[in-house]
Amino acid sequence: MGDIALFLPEIGQTALILAFIMAVFQVVVPLVGVGAGRLWLMGYARPFAVGQALFLVISLVMLTLAFLQDDFTVAYVAANSNSLLPVPYKISAVWGAHEGSLLLWVTMLGLWSVAVALLSRSLPLDMVARVLAIMGMVSVGFILFTLETSNPFARTLPTPPVDGADLNPLLQDFGLIVHPPTLYMGYVGLSVAFAFALAALMSGRLDAAWARWSRPWTTAAWIFLTVGIALGSWWAYYELGWGGWWFWDPVENASLMPWLVATALLHSLAVTEKRGMFKSWTVLLAIFAFSLSLLGTFLVRSGVLTSVHAFASDPERGVFILALLGICVGGSLLLYAFKAPTVASVGRYELLSREMFLLLNNLLLVVMALAVLTGTLYPLVYDFMGLGKLSVGAAWFNTMFVPLTVALVALMGVGAATRWKSDSASRLVKLLAIAAVAAVVFAVVATLVGHGDLNGKVLLGLSIAFWLILATLADIWKKSRGELSRIPKLGMSYLGMVLAHVGVAVSIIGVTLVANYSIDKSVRMSPGETATLGPYTFEFTQAGTIEGPNYVSQATRFNVTRDGEFVALLTPEKRRYNARGSIMTEAAIDVSLFRDVYVSMGESLDDGAWGMRLQVKPFMRWVWLGAIFMALGGLLATLDKRYRRRSKN
Amino acid sequence: MNRILLFVPLVIFLLMGLVFWIGLGKEDKTSLPSPLIGKAFPEFQLGVVEDGRTLTTEDLKGAPVLVNVWATWCPTCKAEHAFLNELAAGGIRIIGINYKDDVAKAQDWLAAFGNPYVYNLSDPDGKLGLELGVYGAPETFLVDSQGIIRDKHIGDLNPQVWARLKPRFEGMK
Repeated sequence: MGDIALFLPEIGQTALILAFIMAVFQVVVPLVGVGAGRLWLMGYARPFAVGQALFLVISLVMLTLAFLQDDFTVAYVAANSNSLLPVPYKISAVWGAHEGSLLLWVTMLGLWSVAVALLSRSLPLDMVARVLAIMGMVSVGFILFTLETSNPFARTLPTPPVDGADLNPLLQDFGLIVHPPTLYMGYVGLSVAFAFALAALMSGRLDAAWARWSRPWTTAAWIFLTVGIALGSWWAYYELGWGGWWFWDPVENASLMPWLVATALLHSLAVTEKRGMFKSWTVLLAIFAFSLSLLGTFLVRSGVLTSVHAFASDPERGVFILALLGICVGGSLLLYAFKAPTVASVGRYELLSREMFLLLNNLLLVVMALAVLTGTLYPLVYDFMGLGKLSVGAAWFNTMFVPLTVALVALMGVGAATRWKSDSASRLVKLLAIAAVAAVVFAVVATLVGHGDLNGKVLLGLSIAFWLILATLADIWKKSRGELSRIPKLGMSYLGMVLAHVGVAVSIIGVTLVANYSIDKSVRMSPGETATLGPYTFEFTQAGTIEGPNYVSQATRFNVTRDGEFVALLTPEKRRYNARGSIMTEAAIDVSLFRDVYVSMGESLDDGAWGMRLQVKPFMRWVWLGAIFMALGGLLATLDKRYRRRSKN
Repeated sequence: MNRILLFVPLVIFLLMGLVFWIGLGKEDKTSLPSPLIGKAFPEFQLGVVEDGRTLTTEDLKGAPVLVNVWATWCPTCKAEHAFLNELAAGGIRIIGINYKDDVAKAQDWLAAFGNPYVYNLSDPDGKLGLELGVYGAPETFLVDSQGIIRDKHIGDLNPQVWARLKPRFEGMK
C-alpha cells in the first residue's frame, strides 16, 4: 500500500464534510430565494444538489477503496473486512454494517436529488427550489448523524490490527451485494414524494399538477422497494438454510411497512391526479411513507426493535436518531396540521365508483401497515407499560394478514374495472360475474387435479388469485373491445396497472401453494444411502471438503431422481469461515418454475453420517415472480407519455 | 373539515416519540442486561422435548449450566446451533428451552442438526420465557450450580461472544 493510499480516507472524510456544507447551502439559498421571490437564488438549488451528490460519491468511493486496499487503519474496514475476503464482498462490505450503510443512504439521497434536479425541467422553478431544499434538509440531518456518531472513516491508529475481523458470513453472498442498495434506493426514493408533498403544502398548491409531478417519482421508489423486498426474501430463503422465505422479523417488517403505505400512496395519487380529490390524505400518506422509511433504516440499524440493548450500547446514537425522527416527522406533521386544506374537495363521487374502491384500497393497506407496526412495536410498548416482555410471532401476523389480503384482492378485481364518479352495478355484474364464477371453478379444478384433495385455504387463495386475473382480463377485453391490436393503445399507465395486479395474483398463487403443499423431511444419511420425499429420490453419493478463499467447507453430493429420471446433482455445504470461526449452511437448490428441490446439511453425526434436511417446495418461484411483475408494471406506468409533457405555468 | 382533526397525526406521533424517549432513558439507567441477574432461576414444571418426562427447577441445579432459549422458527438459532454443538462437544453443560414451538418440529430439528443439549424443556406457550424476560430467541443465560442466574446474552452465541462469557462461566460454582 502506497503512502497516497493511506491518505484516501482523509479525502473521503473531507468530501463528506464538504457535502454537508453543500447540503446546508442547498437548503438555505433556494428557500431565501423563494421567500424573497428571487429567481436567481432559486436557480442555485440545482447546482448545489449536484455538488452535494458529487462529494458524497467521492466519499463513498474513498471508503470502497479503503476496503479494496485492506486499509485496516480504518476502524470500519477492520471490523468488517479481511485480507482474504473475495473482492466482490469487499465492495459489498462497504454497506455491511451501520456506518457504511448510512453513507450509502445519504449518497443515494444525493443521487435522487440530482435526478430531481435534472428531470424537473417541466416544473416551475419555485417548486424545484422547495423540493430540493427539503431533500437538502434530510441530507443535512443524515450527514450530520454520520459525521457525529457513525463516522465510517474513523481510524484505528496508532496501532492498526494486522488483519480484519471479516465480514459477517451471513452477508457474504450475492444477494447481499444487491439487496440493501436496492432497498435503500426505495427508502430514499420516497423522500422525493415526501419533498413534493411538503413543497406543495408550503406553497399551498396542492393540485392535480402536484400529483402528476410526484406520481412517477413515487412509482420509481416503489419499484425499488418491491424489488428490494423480494431480493431480501430470496436471500433469506437460500442463505439461512431453513427454506423459509418470510419470517416476520422486525427487519423485514421495517421494509414492508413503507411498501404498504407507498402502495396506498400510489393509488391515492391516482385519485388526486385524475379527480383532484383526497389531497390531504395523499399528503399524509406521503409523509407517513417516508417516515416509515426513516423508521426502517434507523431503528433496525440501531437495533431498538430487535433488542433494546443494541440501542443502549450507544445512547448517543439513539438520542440522535430520535431527535432526527422527531424533527423530520414532527416538523412535517406540524406543517401538515397548519397548512393542509380544510376545504372539502369539489369533486363528487357515488358509492359505486372507482374513487370509493381506491378509498377502500387505501384503508385496507393502511390497516395492514398499522398491523405490522403494532406487531413490531408491541413488545417495546408492552415493556414500556411495565407489563413484562414478550415477542409477537408469525402466527399473529398471518392471522391479521390473510383476511385483509383476501378483502383487498377481492376489491381490486372490481375496483380496477369500475369507472370514475359513478358506475352501474348491473354493468359491473355483467362484466365480472363470469370471472367470479370461473375463478372458483378453476380453483376447484386446479386443486383437485394438482393435489387430489380440497384444501379450504388453497381453494381460497387460488380463487382470489384467479378472480383477480380473470377480472383484469375481462376489463382489458371490454376496454379493447375484443381486438388485440387495440391493447397497446390503452396507455402505459393502464397496462402497467394490469401487469402489477397480475403480479399480485401470481405472488398469491405462490404463497398459497408453497405454504400449504411444501413437504420436508429431516433424515440421518450416510454416503451411499437414499431417502425419498414425495416423488423424489435423494441419493447421497459422496462427502468431501471444499477449500474456499476464506472458508473451508464440508460438502455432500446428492443425486436427485424422479421415477428413475435424473433431476439434479446437488451439493449442499457447511462452511466454516476462518476469521470468525462461524459456520454457515449453504443450501443446494434445484430451481424450476413449478417446484424447488432444496437440500441442506444439518449436523455431522458419527460414522460419516449427516443429519440432512430435504424439502420440496411447489411454486416457490412464483412468490418472487409476482414481485418482478409488479415492478415491471410500475416501470411501464412511469413511462407513460403524460409525465414527460411540459406543464404550462 | 375541522382543522383540529389535522393535528391528530401529530399528537399520535408525539405520543409514540414519548414512549421511545422514555424507553431509551430507562434502558440507559440499567447497566445490567437483565433485572434477573443475581436472582434465582424462575420456578417451572415443564415437559422434556426428547422424552416427555416432567422436570422442575430443582433438576437445573448441581452444576453450572448454559440455558439456551431457542425455536425452530428462529433463523438466528439455526445460525448459532453449530457453535452450541461445538461447546457441548467441549464438555459445556447446555440445557435448552424450546420456546413457543412445536415439540415434533423441535425433535426433527435436533435429529437433523444434532443435539447439544443435556435436555430441552418444552415451553410451548412461552410462560417460562416470559418469566425470564425473553425478548426473542435466541437468548442464553449463565446459571450456577445453585440455580442463580449470573449473566445473560441476547442474540446468537459465537466464538467472540463466548470469549467474553467463558471466563464468567468457568468462574461460576
